[in-house]
Amino acid sequence: MAFKHTYFYAIFWQRFKRNHLAMSGACVVAALFVISLLAQVIAPWEPNAINAWSVLSPPSWQHWFGTDELGRDVLSRIIFGAQISLKVGFVAVGIAVSIGTVVGLVSGYYSGLVDATLMRFVDIMLCFPAFFLILAVITVREPSIWNIMIVIGLTGWMGVARLVRAETLSIREMDYILAARCIGCSDARIIFRHILPNAISPVLVSASLGVAGAILTESALSFLGIGVLPPTPSWGNILTSGKDYIEFAWWLSLFPGLSILITVLAYNLLGEGIRDALDPRVKR
Amino acid sequence: MYLLKRILMLIPLMLGITLITFTVIHLAPGEPVEMQMAMNPKVGKDARERLRKFYGLDRPLHEQYVTWVGKLARLDLGRSFSPDNRPVLDKIKERLPVTLSLNIIALLLEFGLAIPIGIMAATHRDTWLDKGITVFVFVGFAVPTFWLALLLMYFFGVKLNWLPISGLHSLGSDNFGTLRYLWDLAKHLVMPVMVASFGSLAGLSRYMRSTMLNVIGQDYITTARAKGLSERVVIYKHALRNALLPLITLLGFSIPGLIGGSVIFETIFAIPGMGQLFYQGAMSRDYPVVMGILVIGAFLTLIGNLIADVCYALADPRIRQS
Repeated sequence: MAFKHTYFYAIFWQRFKRNHLAMSGACVVAALFVISLLAQVIAPWEPNAINAWSVLSPPSWQHWFGTDELGRDVLSRIIFGAQISLKVGFVAVGIAVSIGTVVGLVSGYYSGLVDATLMRFVDIMLCFPAFFLILAVITVREPSIWNIMIVIGLTGWMGVARLVRAETLSIREMDYILAARCIGCSDARIIFRHILPNAISPVLVSASLGVAGAILTESALSFLGIGVLPPTPSWGNILTSGKDYIEFAWWLSLFPGLSILITVLAYNLLGEGIRDALDPRVKR
Repeated sequence: MYLLKRILMLIPLMLGITLITFTVIHLAPGEPVEMQMAMNPKVGKDARERLRKFYGLDRPLHEQYVTWVGKLARLDLGRSFSPDNRPVLDKIKERLPVTLSLNIIALLLEFGLAIPIGIMAATHRDTWLDKGITVFVFVGFAVPTFWLALLLMYFFGVKLNWLPISGLHSLGSDNFGTLRYLWDLAKHLVMPVMVASFGSLAGLSRYMRSTMLNVIGQDYITTARAKGLSERVVIYKHALRNALLPLITLLGFSIPGLIGGSVIFETIFAIPGMGQLFYQGAMSRDYPVVMGILVIGAFLTLIGNLIADVCYALADPRIRQS
């Protein structure tokens, strides 16, 4: 078994390595992790330090990405904003993937009434414009980074649930599941020990794409003023001031937007790369 | 028969939608009355109780839910909590056409561009053209729409001064002649439509590419080529019709995204549509408005999906058989 697993990952890595786009995505993601971890060290300025003498100054050697309306260094704020994006992306997707996986496993394994009920619930959830639902919950509660993560997670699990259910349905019919049942394994053991490990790889793909989506949603919410609240820097709320000063400070709009673009692009490339590497039909 | 079954299926789904909407809104720790209190400390306890009673907030939750659904069935969405106190349905009625027509224009543009782009990528597979389109698609996926809106506003609105950056009409447009009025409206619509359609253009063209590639690999396409049909006939007559089928389903699925996306561009471009109404309603905890729009948005999706499924059944006899 152990041997088989290493073999699987070796093949996966070999295929993934050859995909240059996916590798560059992975490198950017890794770089973002390093930047977030070392934000304190590499940020050239204190992200919340107000400087009345350099309000809205264009990019220069001192402030590479210029300064905002309070004279704060945009580059430093973007570096600290990376921390927020990463946190939101991972926690939200963690919640979505956990719920989706459990719902998918239970639904696929038990089928019948349980399956029908859960899948109708998924259908209903998919009817809501997700952004409306998120907006409604965040405003009736209060905007905070935790609420955002939870709400994005709670509204994003349906795709994963459908995916895992489909996998479970086919795995359930395998001989080794029958064998497990014969030697008296409990349902829980079959589901989590035997089905889950075999159903999980497609989830990796949607998790990676999900992080990208969560980062986009967070930035849109922060941009609308109901996400991460100032003075905590997030890419979205820097863009809010970008909008207010769009007539004379292009750098306030350009750089945070580019950061979102590059990050989301990297996660998407990573996700697609994982998909191709997992798919035996794709040959490169 | 098929249609009847599908319509009957809608009923539990609709009930589910109302239940979720109601639960989501009543999860809130605060009440709208609290909001009014906070703004006006002079309101006494009596007045507060009267307000609660007036809005029916003093009764147990399940009773509130039943009354709300009962009213909903008669298309009564209640009255807005905002000072104008108008029926929510009226508010939605005047906003919905704006959002719908904007989204329909965007949808037409999207499909009009995505289909040829997808076909081109598929027929020129692995050439520089396909690769260029792939790059465009990946970048398109990653661009935050509100940022795109900002960039467009900066270039076309501020720098070049070609297009107006907010609203639907210029000041004093009521006195314009019909032609000038329409021209003015069109100019206001350019940027919002671009932003609205860009969001899913990338995904759609990628999808079109993959379904087209799928179809081109089929045996009957090889047959068509083998009997000497020109490539144009093979692609546009034999392949395209089958490749378009899955797009019908996608059309139904794209509705919630379009409606949800309208919050962003309607807020940025100050367009008086549903998205803006929802945003304002949510910000002021105007529960009837928020609940009304959530329910109507979800119902529209449901109906959109139904129409898409029916169209699919009409277009593809294999579905009708099963």
